[in-house]
Formats: sequence, C-alpha cells, structure tokens
Amino acid sequence: MTGLGGPGAPGAPSGRPGPALDIARAVRAGSVSALETVERYLGAIEEVDGELHAFVSVLHESARREAGAVDAKVAGGDDPGPLAGVPVAVKDNMCTRGIPTTCSSRILEGWCPPYDATVVQRLRAAGAIVIGKTNLDEFAMGSSTENSAFGVTRNPHDPGRVPGGSSGGSAVAVAAGMAPLALGSDTGGSIRQPAALCGVVGMKPTYGTVSRYGLVAFASSLDQIGPLTTTVTESAVVFDVIGGQDPLDSTCLERPVPRTVTALDEGVEGLRVGVVRELVEGVDAGVGGAVAAAAEALAGAGANVEEVSVPELRHGLPAYYIVAPAEASSNLSRYDGVRYGLRVEADTAEAMNAATRAAGFGPEVKRRILLGTYALSAGYYEAYYGQAQKVRTLIIDALAAAYQRFDVLVGATTPTTAFAIGAKVDDPWAMYLSDVCTVPSNLAGHPAISIPFGSDGSGLPIGVQVLAPALGEPVMFQVAAVVESEAPVLAPPRVHAP
Amino acid sequence: MSGGRAKTQSGETGGWEPVIGLEVHCELKTQTKLFCSCRNAFGDPPNTNICPVCLGLPGSLPVLNIRAVEYAMRIGLALHCEIRPSVFHRKNYFYPDMPKDYQVSQYDAPINVEGWLELPDDSRVRIERAHMEEDTGKTSHIGGGGRIHDADHSLVDYNRAGVPLVEIVSKPDIRSSGQARLYASELRGILVATGASDGRMEEGSMRVDANVSVRPAGTFELGTRCEIKNLNSLRSLGRAIEYEIERQVGLLEAGDKVIQQTRHWNEDEGVTVALRSKEEAFDYRYFPEPDLVPVVPDAGWQSEVAASLGPMPAERRDKLAALFGPEPVGRAVADQIATVVEHGLDGLVTAAAGAGIDPGRVLARTANEAAAEPEAARRVDVAAFIALMRMEQEGKLSATQTKTVLGELLEHGGDPAEIARRRGLEALDTGSLSVVVAETIAAHPEEWQRFVDGEEKLMGFFTGHVMRATAGQADGKAVAAELIRLRG
Repeated sequence: MTGLGGPGAPGAPSGRPGPALDIARAVRAGSVSALETVERYLGAIEEVDGELHAFVSVLHESARREAGAVDAKVAGGDDPGPLAGVPVAVKDNMCTRGIPTTCSSRILEGWCPPYDATVVQRLRAAGAIVIGKTNLDEFAMGSSTENSAFGVTRNPHDPGRVPGGSSGGSAVAVAAGMAPLALGSDTGGSIRQPAALCGVVGMKPTYGTVSRYGLVAFASSLDQIGPLTTTVTESAVVFDVIGGQDPLDSTCLERPVPRTVTALDEGVEGLRVGVVRELVEGVDAGVGGAVAAAAEALAGAGANVEEVSVPELRHGLPAYYIVAPAEASSNLSRYDGVRYGLRVEADTAEAMNAATRAAGFGPEVKRRILLGTYALSAGYYEAYYGQAQKVRTLIIDALAAAYQRFDVLVGATTPTTAFAIGAKVDDPWAMYLSDVCTVPSNLAGHPAISIPFGSDGSGLPIGVQVLAPALGEPVMFQVAAVVESEAPVLAPPRVHAP
Repeated sequence: MSGGRAKTQSGETGGWEPVIGLEVHCELKTQTKLFCSCRNAFGDPPNTNICPVCLGLPGSLPVLNIRAVEYAMRIGLALHCEIRPSVFHRKNYFYPDMPKDYQVSQYDAPINVEGWLELPDDSRVRIERAHMEEDTGKTSHIGGGGRIHDADHSLVDYNRAGVPLVEIVSKPDIRSSGQARLYASELRGILVATGASDGRMEEGSMRVDANVSVRPAGTFELGTRCEIKNLNSLRSLGRAIEYEIERQVGLLEAGDKVIQQTRHWNEDEGVTVALRSKEEAFDYRYFPEPDLVPVVPDAGWQSEVAASLGPMPAERRDKLAALFGPEPVGRAVADQIATVVEHGLDGLVTAAAGAGIDPGRVLARTANEAAAEPEAARRVDVAAFIALMRMEQEGKLSATQTKTVLGELLEHGGDPAEIARRRGLEALDTGSLSVVVAETIAAHPEEWQRFVDGEEKLMGFFTGHVMRATAGQADGKAVAAELIRLRG
C-alpha cells in the first residue's frame, strides 16, 4: 500500500477530491496560504453561523497561529502534511488542550482540558487546523442536536428543521461551507444520521481503528470517532490520517488499520452487495426509493446485488438503548462537582454532588443515566444488560453470516429526512427510532458510511448507508465511491457560505 | 482480652466458635500506577503524582500496567492460586476521593483463585481469590466533626488514586484472633518475599478487614457476620476481633440477633461501631470495564513469573532450623528464626553458619541486634559480618564489644578488626578477668557469702560489677564461669 506517500499526495486518490483536498493541494503547492484559507473560513462562519449555530466556539487566534506554522513549513520546504492548511471543525466532545471542551453541557461549561485528543494531534500533524468546536446533543445523547445546553443547531437545507445528531454541528459546518471537513463521534449513528440529514458524507470506522483517547465517553464500547466530509475520497483520506493504533487506548486494535485511499477507484465489478430488508422496510418512500436507486446503480456498475434479510437487526435498537445508557450512567458519574466543571455548593459532599448534577445535566442526559442505572442494578442486570449483550452477540453472528454471502450490505441511513425542530422532543421513543438503521454497526463494531443520494420531495437530503465487516473499510469506501458517483446532484443548501 | 472466657486451641470460647475471614488489600510497589505512568510513591506532597488518567479527566482512558499484573501473579503463585484469564469490572459508587466515581476492580473473573496459605502453627487457611484493583485517593476532613458528613470542608489528595492493589480474600477458615494475627503476619512475609509489596500496615500499604461471626461450637452453619474496618496494626486486628467475638456472643446469649453490617474499629476506645448495615449497602452496579481488554496470562508468562519467585518465608525458616539439626528447634530459637526471616536477614545467618560460625551465636546476633536495624543489616557487607562473628566466637571480643562493633559496622561499614582496634576493644584474657573478679569479691564480702550460701540472683550483681569495672570488655559468660569456679 502506498497510502498518502505517493506523488502528488493527497491529490492521488481518484474520485471527487472535494474542498478539503483542493485546499491541501493548493497550500502544498504554495498557491494559497493556510492563513488565507483560515481567514476565508472564519469569514464564512461569521457569515452564516449566526443563523445555523453549528459552532459552540470559534478559535480565531489559535487557528491563525496554526495556519502560520503550516505556512512556515511550506516556505521552509518541509512537508506540511496531507491535510496542509485544511480547517477542521471538531465536535465539542473531543479534548483540545487549553480550549473549552463542553460536550454542550452546563456541567462542563468553561472546562479546558490539559491535553489534546489523539485524533486532534494526528490531524494537526497532518497539517489540518482546528478552526472551531461544534455543537452536539449534550454528551452526544440525541439525534437532533436539540439537546444542547447552548442552543439548537439548524439544518442549512431548511433552518426550520433539525440537522440530526448528535454530531449536528459538525455536519452543518461541512454542509454549509463553514469548514471543509469535520470530526464527529458515532455511538449509535451520531455521525451517519446527521450526515444523511445534511447531505454530507459521514463515516463510522471499525471499533478500535481510531483512538478514543480524548473523546469524552458516552458509551465506551460503542463510541468511535470518524470524519464528516463533502466527498468519499476526503472521508478515506481523513480515516487514513486519524486511524491506527494508539498506546493510550487499550481498545485500539493491535493489527494495522487498512489504508483506504488506494481502494477508491477499483469499482464494484463482481462485488456482492446485499440490500438489507430490515434497513429499508418502514422507511419513508423517498428514502426507500433512494436506496433502491443506489442498488440499481451498483448493479449497473457490475456488482451482484441481491436482497437479504437479517431479522436480528430488529433487536438492535432496544439492545442499544440498554447498553449505551448503562455505560453512560457509569461514564458520567465523574461529573460530581469535586474536581472540575460546575459545582453547586451544598452542606455536605453528597448534597453538593446531587445539586451539581441536578443543575448541570439536561433532561435527556438524566433520562439516560436513570435508564442505565436501572439496567445495571442488582436483580435487573441479567434481564437488561446481560440480555442486551446477548442480543449484541446475536447481531454480530447474524452479520457474520450475511458477510459469508456479501462483501458489503446497503440500506437507508435514516428512516426519514430531516424533521422539524421540536417535532420529537417530547417523544423520546420517536426520537430514538431515528437511530434504527445505524445502531447495528455500533453494536457489532463494524464500519459504515452514509453517502448523500439525492433528496426527497421537499428537497431534503437523503443518505444511503454502506456497511462492511470489521476492518472492511477498503471495500466499504470502494462501494461508497461508486454510490457517490451515481448519486443525483443535490441542490446546495439554502443557507451556505458564499 | 475478652472478659476472661476460657479459650481452647481451636479458638472456641464459652461454647461459641468464632469464624473469621480476612480481606487484605496490599499496595503493589510498582514504579508507576495501575493505569497511567504517574509515580507510585508514598509521602510525596499532595496532588503531585497525578495526570488526566488517574484524575479521571473527561476523555482519558486507562492502560494496564503489565508489571502490576506480573506482581499480582507473583502473589497468586506464592499463595498456590490458579491463575486465570481475568476481566476488569467497574464498581460504581460516589465518593469524592474516587476520581471517576467508579473503581476499576476485578469482580467475577479475578486473576488468582483458590489457593492456600500455611501458617507457622501448621494450620492452613484457604485463599478464595487475590484480585487486582486500583486504589482511591485520600480524603482529609477538616473542622467540624472530622467525618465526611460533619466536616467544615474536605481536602483530597489524588496521589494514591490509581495505585495498584491486590486484594487477597481468605475463606472463613480462621478460628481465633491469634490465628488471624498469624495469618496476617505470614501473609505480610509472603508479600515482602514476592517483592510485590512492602506490606507496611502503618503506612497503609497493607490494609486488613476482618469478617467475623460466631456459631455454637460443634455446628457448621455460618452465623451472621460483621465486617470490621480500620485495622491499622496486627495488634488492633487482634483486639478488634476479640472485641467483636465478645460483642456477638453477648448479643446471642442475650437472645438478640447479630445484624449484618460494616463496623469501624475505634482504636482509642477499643470498640467497634456500626458504619452501615446490609440494607444500606451500596448497589455497586458492577459491569465489565469497556475501556480495558481481558488479561490472559499464557503458560509461558506464568512459568516465567514462577521462575522469578524466590523461596517463601516457610521454606526459609525451615532452612534456618535445619542448621540446628533434624530435631524441631525450641520456642526461643523458633522466634529468633521468625524474626530473622521476617526482616529478610536469613542470608546473613546461612552465610555465617556456612563459614563455620556457631548457628546459635549468629542467629542470636542477627535476630537481636541486626534485626533492630533491618535496612542497614540487609546492606551490610557479609564478609565483614562473618569476620566479626568469628572474632566473637574466638573470644577476641566479648558479647558487649561485639554488639558495639556491629552497631558501627551497620551504621558506617568498615573492617570489624579495624573498628575494634580504633575503639580500643579487645576481650580480657582469662588471667586479667580472674584478677578483676577477685577484686570485686574482695570489695563485697557480705554479698559473696550470700552467693556462696546459694543466693543465685547475686550472680547478676557480681557480673554487673565486673562488666562495669572492665567497661564491657569482659565476656558475661566467662565472668559467670569464673564466679562458679571460685564458689567451688
């Protein structure tokens, strides 16, 4: 594998390069400076983020400083990296040294980590510039970015609608041209679902391929960081940059992460593609139609496309909503007012803990802490957490069987396109159903990617999902690149930077 | 002591049989903490050995210290445990000194299971498990009542947070406070011998909790137990168990019930007081720690660790006892042997005995003098020590002079002959000794007559005078021999 080292990298990969790779090529060639690029994107944020609210903090000073360092490298003849000068928007649940990292929660308001997440270090080492931190559902718990303590993020295709979530800020930043690429985290669909609703590419890697060090944990066994980009090529480039073993994360796989950019132009001739019935039944007609059209396009490009049923996937959502809150209830215990973040004073330590958590967490976070605490309680553990883990095994086995017959699986990313702000806030179960197509990949630890594929009758973007087995990123990107090339052209968002 | 109740060897007390199990936490003396590279050190200024991981900062992740696993395996192997593939769990509860508000511990898949520990009295206590976990920080409650609920404020030092611990859980095989002390002391010796822990109860690097219940002698069903915490020395372990047995027997004899609860030993008042009952017990909501992967020590690693283990205290005691011949040694010698092994000084004794020094002499010097300065004694030049023992054995130095030279040898090192010469120390020859003894008798005719008449305690009177007159140069045994010779 030649990865990014080949001549002309990172322009080497075929397919649509996209804005991030255009910038990198220009900055590397010296035709545009990183500083100019940063200023242009700071201007774009200034222009449209007042309406969309994708960012919780914009890093004018540090972004300019980082850009200066990249430009100095270029001037000095040093390799500035494959993402030289590319501004990146980072979901605000990834630690950035000395820069507030809030998880969009009051309980962490103003908290500045003393260290950078591994992915942030790797992006910077590749020449990327952190331009801002993006809004999310508090602690990544939600599917609409409405559960943020710092305000709702709006969908640039229709500001009356949600962008999806929890990585809604990151999806909007890319969709509206405020950042050429962004990082999100995906616990049950939190990258792919907002990507689908905003019309960008969102990818969740194989569990253990991207370090979680510095990602504020929601559900540790499900969380994975991944890119939100304009194109599949950019997604593969970012995955290659941020992936790879990290001694600071024990759950990182010890085997090398496959390089993906070189697989992009191999086509789908002879590949076996399974259209998963459970990932299309019950979805909106427009969404179902897009999946069918994508499948047809793959068949037209030479793939062997068949329908397949994996009924075990139907148990994914209930299992997910046991496992994720259970782990979250433990992961979020540390916000107790003792060491950092919010503290609400009270007479005793115990009362201080309770008052701090009561004031610091929003209603959805509290709901999940309660759910998770219950699921782990003595006498209920086996019936809930134990049972959910068994379902997880069941899903892994069922998918393994499917991958005996297919190289990749495809389906919808979301059952619907973007819904109206406020439509589901009072109905948690309706909101949770937004994740029904995405949670299986998290439960199994498998990679999956959402690619924009046209729009519904209202002009709202639709995402088609390609799923692959563990470490199947190369074939997943290979198929995704073809889906992308066959996709109907999506109208630019209504709100977009000039 | 417990109200003068008669006790039998088995610990049975007034028709009741105590049933005791001990849970011992020991800190592993690794260079770094269990899940991060912070220094594992006792006594550093508060909050100086901390990092994002051991502070549980958002986003941080644990990475297992392989050396800690190796130490845990050493302990398991020394306790004849089976080493198994193990899994870390999270034990969830809120406490300010616990950075993540959960403790990473091992729950239903501990690394060491089903071993045993043989005590010097030949009894055997089965080990249920010896698992790994992380220590918490340390809270100081300032002002008010000095407890978490009534203090003005509290300060937390997280230096200890994340220090590796092994918790060794015995089966309820212990039947008396004495046996409990023996178990704790033998276990401490084993921990030290493995090199995994320094086993200091005073510094808290070894902490003992006791589960105590009583049942009618001769029955098998276990009584309701109480767990006693805050036992900071072998002495308090013994006292607390005695108190608790007496308290429980008192309750049962009065027709009351023992309530299952955790009790706190109050050293000053000599009582245990209830902390919380079973109903109030935490639901720890254990579940597998998703940030760590299972630990599966393969056979190769296990045998590597086994091969790195030196002999355990029991074997080392046997080796010293063997210097005295095949018959069992007496109580006094056995105690000296235990002391020497406890302080890791058996090497001195075996080396000197191997060089022809009388084992009794070198054992006594090592147990009585060298063991008082164990750190220095472990560093002492063995050849110099043997040379000194030889000088005493050959009568060139008296016992008192030998002790003086040994003191300097331990403190500063050097050549014992040169030390003796510099200090003007040499044993009196027999002729000079006879003169001094004769002079002493002459100066105390009345006492001498009484000694001649059989008042044996005056031996000490005369010996003391001779020792003073010779500034310790005389050998006590030689003086006694001369006095007996003169008495005729």
